[in-house]
Amino acid sequence: MGHVVSAPGKTAAESPRPQKNYLNEQSGLWSWLTTVDHKRIGIMYLIGIAIAFLLGGLMALLVRLTLLTPDHKIFGSSTPILSAEAYNQVFTLHGAIMVFLFIIPSVPAALGNFVLPLMLGAKDVAFPRLNLVSWYIYVIGAIMAVASILLGGIDTGWTFYTPYSTTTGGAVTLMTMAAFVLGFSSIFTGINFIATVHKLRAPGMGWFQMPLFVWGIYSTAIIQVLATPVLGITLVLLALERVFNVGIFDARLGGDPVLFQHFFWFYSHPAVYIMILPGMAIISELMPTFSRKTIFGYRAIAFSSIAIALISFIVWGHHMFVSGQSQMASVIFSFLTFLVAIPSGIKVLNWVATMYKGNVSLEAPMLYAISFLLLFSIGGLTGLFLGALSTDVHLTDTYFIVAHFHYVMMGGTVIAFIGGLHYWWPKMTGRMYNEFWAKVACALTFIGFNMTFLTQFFLGSQGMPRRYYNYLDQFQPLHAFSTFGSWVLGLGLFITAGCLLASLRKPYDAPDNPWGGTTLEWATQSPPITHNFEGQPVLEREPYDYRPVGAKVGH
Amino acid sequence: MSMTVVDTPGHGHHGHDPNQQHHFASMAQQFDSAKIGMWLFLATEILLFGGLFVGYGIMQGQHAEAFKSAHHHLDKRLGFLNTVVLLVSSWTMVMAVYSASVNKRKATVILLIITLLCAGTFMVVKYFEYSHKIHDGLLPGKYFSYKGPHLERERMFFSFYFMMTGLHGIHVLLGMVAISWLIFRANRGDFSSSWYTPVDLVGLYWHLVDLIWIYLFPLLYLIQ
Repeated sequence: MGHVVSAPGKTAAESPRPQKNYLNEQSGLWSWLTTVDHKRIGIMYLIGIAIAFLLGGLMALLVRLTLLTPDHKIFGSSTPILSAEAYNQVFTLHGAIMVFLFIIPSVPAALGNFVLPLMLGAKDVAFPRLNLVSWYIYVIGAIMAVASILLGGIDTGWTFYTPYSTTTGGAVTLMTMAAFVLGFSSIFTGINFIATVHKLRAPGMGWFQMPLFVWGIYSTAIIQVLATPVLGITLVLLALERVFNVGIFDARLGGDPVLFQHFFWFYSHPAVYIMILPGMAIISELMPTFSRKTIFGYRAIAFSSIAIALISFIVWGHHMFVSGQSQMASVIFSFLTFLVAIPSGIKVLNWVATMYKGNVSLEAPMLYAISFLLLFSIGGLTGLFLGALSTDVHLTDTYFIVAHFHYVMMGGTVIAFIGGLHYWWPKMTGRMYNEFWAKVACALTFIGFNMTFLTQFFLGSQGMPRRYYNYLDQFQPLHAFSTFGSWVLGLGLFITAGCLLASLRKPYDAPDNPWGGTTLEWATQSPPITHNFEGQPVLEREPYDYRPVGAKVGH
Repeated sequence: MSMTVVDTPGHGHHGHDPNQQHHFASMAQQFDSAKIGMWLFLATEILLFGGLFVGYGIMQGQHAEAFKSAHHHLDKRLGFLNTVVLLVSSWTMVMAVYSASVNKRKATVILLIITLLCAGTFMVVKYFEYSHKIHDGLLPGKYFSYKGPHLERERMFFSFYFMMTGLHGIHVLLGMVAISWLIFRANRGDFSSSWYTPVDLVGLYWHLVDLIWIYLFPLLYLIQ
């Protein structure tokens, strides 16, 4: 291979079909379960998180269905859809599964595992065996989490606040240990990615020649490594509190229940950025590719990822404005919280500026990217309402916050994840999905999402508290509208899944570079060979350089 | 986009150090990666213990009298002995890493065995300390059953004592397993000046385990 120039729209006919690739070089279940290939591990993670997303999603639909009417009955049935106790368990597991089993591993462990080494021009991650170990730990943690449903369930909410979590019955200890185990999986992934980015970049690739996806995943990995152990010890302390009554979170024994909140949010606020940074990382790839234009403000986007990672560690107190922490602490945390808006705003403006005067093509991944821009902006701006002390006191623990974090987590991360999944699907599977149905699904998801959650901003600002089983009759129209929206959203997601899975029945038909991307993963075949590249790729141009080959790269 | 593919030296499958994994271009790159990974892991360990240290700091501040009174149940001499034992083991570990790096196989094995014996001594001393506490009923949480005169919050101190030294003890035991594995491999002649990464990494881990004890000893045994 000499110079590889990939033109957009290269069709299947022009590139010979790969005979040998990472999917078919070895076969059989055993070859998958013992693989150390980052691409296969990425696929295995993808299957794991897809199952978790399905479980968590069905629980969300069940929660919404229960809230359709104030008496929780439909079609004149005599019993409620969920009893109050069952309702508490279902929303808790929805949250815990979505956070720990789906969103946190979604982009880094599934897409990141597959794409990151390819983008760096590496043969694998730095520690391939550790990578496989992290997947097995994930599976063990997932089994523990699901087992806790069968062994009594938990009704604490995913935040496990003391003293309720130390006194209620059910399988709280098992669930917290599941989250502890899952934390190790997350830490190992983070360690692996940091070492990979530092040591395995292709010759010619300095830090500022790395794709922005890598910057985003690198920032995420820093948080995974530095924050997750604190959650680990917090959950161990919670378990010890339940088993031994050690007293650290128990006021009767001289402990402090609010200390649990501090410990919990010291991890879980950075964890929010573990969830959103990878979503932003995907958008930074989609925007230049589908605008056919160099990314605007490369360094600003790269540094803002690091800035978000660092600021994430000093804002946890904004989850605790009404917990009884000192007013001074609240004022400081409120001020610091506003700082997060700066790097987030920088990113959004840079993405929009990338589209400006670009050659924008609205294929499914780009539709998701634009959806992300709209939804994340709403999610981010409503975050400022909650970061401001006085409005937060009114909005705390209402549907407003439920709507806010769903706009960021789902409208942001999940939408970006699905966009990224469409973008890299041809690379991962060697197949093109049906563009028409992908667009239909994207539109339904977007409409359904807004129906479900925009409504909840209104519910929350009118005073509907989150997590409540019962509500006043006056809230019924909005609750019902939100529930209808959840069906549209569910339909959109099922069509997405169907559309992607249906493509697997076809023979390999994806070109090496279907979108005209400029990063290294598009320079190898689809699907890639086991060792990723024939030989060691050497980077000769800046990332996102859409000028014709031969044009000089100016500095 | 444009990119060139080159066959770098070391890419072919002949002339390799057998310890070099296929996805690394050189032994140096592989060694550096392993070091980064280990340091990151140690950072997570510090943060794991960090939660306990912060919790201890807050509770000690709130119940200073009780903590001070409770710490008299600990034997300073045994704590000091264990501190010395671990410091010696840190030194033998450093020398073991050095010996491995200059191909002194026999010295490596002997130094690692001394390190292991020190770790064992630490655990034996800890065993006697724990037995004494258990005998007196100075146990964490609801198992606290000390009959002598004591302040109410002293049980909180023992919760922390057992959680912190317990978590540390688990790390010592894991270190002993790792050192035993090193002894086996060093004796078999697996390490040489061109590849002694496992000795180096376990050494780093062992120093952290020592370092955490250096903080635990004054915090628990020497409260003023």
